[in-house]
Amino acid sequence: MVRIYPQTKSAAINPLKSSQPLGAALAFLGVDGAIPLFHGSQGCTSFALVLCVRHFKETVPLQTTAMDEVATVLGGAGHLEEAILNLKTRTNAKLIGICTTALVETRAEDFSRQIANIKMMRAEELAGTQIVLANTPDFDGSLEEGWAKAVAAMIQGLTRRGQQPCKPKKVAILPGWHLTVADIEHLREMVESFGLKPVILPDVSNSLDGTVPDRWMRTTYGGTSIEDIEELGTTVRCIAVGEHMRRPAELLQKLTGVPYISFQSLTGLKNVDQFVSLLSEISGVPVPAKIHRYRAQLQDALLDGHFHFAGKKIAIAAEPDQLYQLATFFTGLGAEINAAVTTTGSSKILEKVPTESLQIGDLGDFEDLAGGADLLVTHSHGRQAAERLGIPLLRVGFPIFDRLGSQHKLTVLYQGTRNLIFEAANILQANRHTPAPEILDPVWKQGNAT
Amino acid sequence: MSPLTVKIQDTFVEPACERNRSKDPETRKKGCSKPLTPGAAAGGCAFDGAKVVLQPITDVAHLVHAPLACEGNSWDNRGTASSGPTLWRTSFTTDLTELDVVMGNSERKLLKAIGEIKEAYAPPAIFVYATCVTSLIGDDIEAVCKRATEKFGLPVVPINAPGFVGSKNLGNKLAGEALLDHVIGTVEPNDAGPYDINILGEFNLSGEFWLVKPLLDKLGIRVRACIPGDARYRQIASSHRARAAMMVCSTALINLARKMEERWQIPFFEGSFYGITATSEALRRIADLLVKNGADAELLDRTDTLIAEEEAIAWKKVEAYRPRLEGKRVLINTGGVKSWSLVHALMEIGMEIVGTSVKKSTAEDKERIKQMLKDEHHMFESMAPHELYAMLSEHRADIMLSGGRTQFIALKAKTPWLDINQERHHPYAGYDGTVELVRQIDLAIHNPIWSEVREPPPWEHDPAVAEELPSTQGGTASVAPSKSRRHNVADFAE
Repeated sequence: MVRIYPQTKSAAINPLKSSQPLGAALAFLGVDGAIPLFHGSQGCTSFALVLCVRHFKETVPLQTTAMDEVATVLGGAGHLEEAILNLKTRTNAKLIGICTTALVETRAEDFSRQIANIKMMRAEELAGTQIVLANTPDFDGSLEEGWAKAVAAMIQGLTRRGQQPCKPKKVAILPGWHLTVADIEHLREMVESFGLKPVILPDVSNSLDGTVPDRWMRTTYGGTSIEDIEELGTTVRCIAVGEHMRRPAELLQKLTGVPYISFQSLTGLKNVDQFVSLLSEISGVPVPAKIHRYRAQLQDALLDGHFHFAGKKIAIAAEPDQLYQLATFFTGLGAEINAAVTTTGSSKILEKVPTESLQIGDLGDFEDLAGGADLLVTHSHGRQAAERLGIPLLRVGFPIFDRLGSQHKLTVLYQGTRNLIFEAANILQANRHTPAPEILDPVWKQGNAT
Repeated sequence: MSPLTVKIQDTFVEPACERNRSKDPETRKKGCSKPLTPGAAAGGCAFDGAKVVLQPITDVAHLVHAPLACEGNSWDNRGTASSGPTLWRTSFTTDLTELDVVMGNSERKLLKAIGEIKEAYAPPAIFVYATCVTSLIGDDIEAVCKRATEKFGLPVVPINAPGFVGSKNLGNKLAGEALLDHVIGTVEPNDAGPYDINILGEFNLSGEFWLVKPLLDKLGIRVRACIPGDARYRQIASSHRARAAMMVCSTALINLARKMEERWQIPFFEGSFYGITATSEALRRIADLLVKNGADAELLDRTDTLIAEEEAIAWKKVEAYRPRLEGKRVLINTGGVKSWSLVHALMEIGMEIVGTSVKKSTAEDKERIKQMLKDEHHMFESMAPHELYAMLSEHRADIMLSGGRTQFIALKAKTPWLDINQERHHPYAGYDGTVELVRQIDLAIHNPIWSEVREPPPWEHDPAVAEELPSTQGGTASVAPSKSRRHNVADFAE
């Protein structure tokens, strides 16, 4: 049983968290023709935008209601309306995804009523543009929760309700934020190889996959289509990836009756086996030969790789679901988790993380706890800790701003698990201590033990 | 009016600012930043601006009193360099939760946070930044800082520039005000001398001030404080005893320069270290001000000698690039550095400036640029992303120099790009820096990838390509004409 320690410090040192509205914005970026709109001051948006651009190495559409002091005190409905209308005229977005920030949530206006009013009063001007609201104050939650809230908001606001005649080959997939562009692409291919038609929400694999469009885009290009979100009720099954996607999946089930199944992780042989069995069951198609081959390749990678992991101490700082995904991956190869830090204590998955203790906290806590580890696993901000502790860093999650290709790394299914084994094992190999007499000297060791 | 409103009004009527002087009293009160358009705004907030100016002070703990996003989404993101302390790169925030906000617990949390930082890091000072939420809920950070100063026995400085009071530039100025109110003049140096100067508004990006400082050392000129690049708290606290100051980024800290002149009689001038001529000019003016303020007049001769030597070397190095860069068209899109001095440096070797933003330039700057460019149509306030994209994709420039925000506009338009803002990886100041800038421009423009990425795939050329391709026997490898190659999804349907 894992013991979870709450944060007790007053000064957070080197934050691990990225903010909740940023998570929501990332989810909206996985919809075709979308633009996220931060309801807050221009700084809230500017910081998030710069961080996204540094991570994805892409232009990222992200706008702001540009709240100033007066509007904050008197009420922001006017700014909200003006922003929506401006975005409609300038970009003709199919979806405007509103993410509220701490600034406007502190005053706590009734945003959903305001938006309903705007939609009603401006129905004609806003025709062809959907508006969805996610309440995501920065003083609560984190990236993971913001992402899940935005997905739930899209299902709540766009999906046609009620039981619908389902298309037997169509499945809904709700991936967590921590799946990369390459993961989503690979997931789609896997599902399609069973003759199934996946509807993935959000789908960043088309919108943030690093291509060069031949004209200037003011919204996302690619991603889940609005029509597909509307028709989620015609899917035969919904697959949620990550505990944080359970809520949106439950909501879909409640609204349309589509049953869901939740995968806490799609990394690791057994998890993938279950996933593949499920696809085979839904489709009635036997597992294709190609997938047998991927599985055999992973078996081989486990055999080749486990030497490098056995007995190693791994320190991980990540959002809850990613922490679970990676901790189970490493312990599954014989390593132990000597430090685990996460952003928020509200996720049920934390109880299942294979470690003795878990700290809700920041990278300052991580640095304090991770001494003696063989490998640090967190996002790019862990670089200072890695340097000071002299321990190598495996970069995962968001943001990764000092390495290229983070979105093209595969981390799920047989091949993603294999890639993770290789990447981590290679870092561990590269940092192996060469044997030296003074390190091995049994007499010296005994002398120092007492 | 609240003290903050008074401060803001004070920066709006800054008499040393050219822009302000040209306005009538009514417009002056409204400040420089235009009202933002919701849904069509870009750029940072006042908090961002304040932190940009102060964070490079290397030995101070910078504590952001806010919910997560203000600090969590922005820390450790700038390329300024430190010659010693690393504390400035450690991030501190009170990371307020809903409970803190609702229960009115935030001031107590702030005080505790200050105590924790003092205990764990013992910095010479702690700077506390107010933000939108903590201002909205009425936290009195001035009072908390005062209390903390007494309780913990170290300077705790309130930086009152919450994001929603205005633009990044306003935040820059409020940061300057905070230094004037709480830091500068609080420590009396025991080694003040006639060759002491301050450099204001120099950020030491990629360590570039270290390309200039040795020249000053060589002349026997001591930098009392470089604010903020690579600064230590005590240097700033005792910077009021300098004999002259150079103002590098005028729009950011003009109020600081002017008020230091007023309070402590430190004369200043505006100059730049970007470009060979500009660097020489700056050195000359520093020497000049020092001599007028009591330094030995022989400094002027020594300065001239140094300039002559350095210029000769630099020009020779830069000139080597002329054959490769002459006639190349440059688009400069930044408010961050002095565009005019860059413009000048590039034109010296025959490059053509096809556009330069003057968003943050003063009237004097604009006049200089106008004279250099001979065509004022090449000056623009700011350009919308789609306009920039259009200009670049039509190949109306050979390279764009800008900041990270517009990097991917250039790259998506398949145009060479060089970072000249805060995240850049190369130092461009002084003589050597100018040579480095020219070298980087050359490397960017002549990278072999450009000819590759701009070409369409061979099968999208005209039908003639089909014949050029080596065909296998029987002609099975023929390539269809481009029109029929455009497929749609239905083509793949089974």
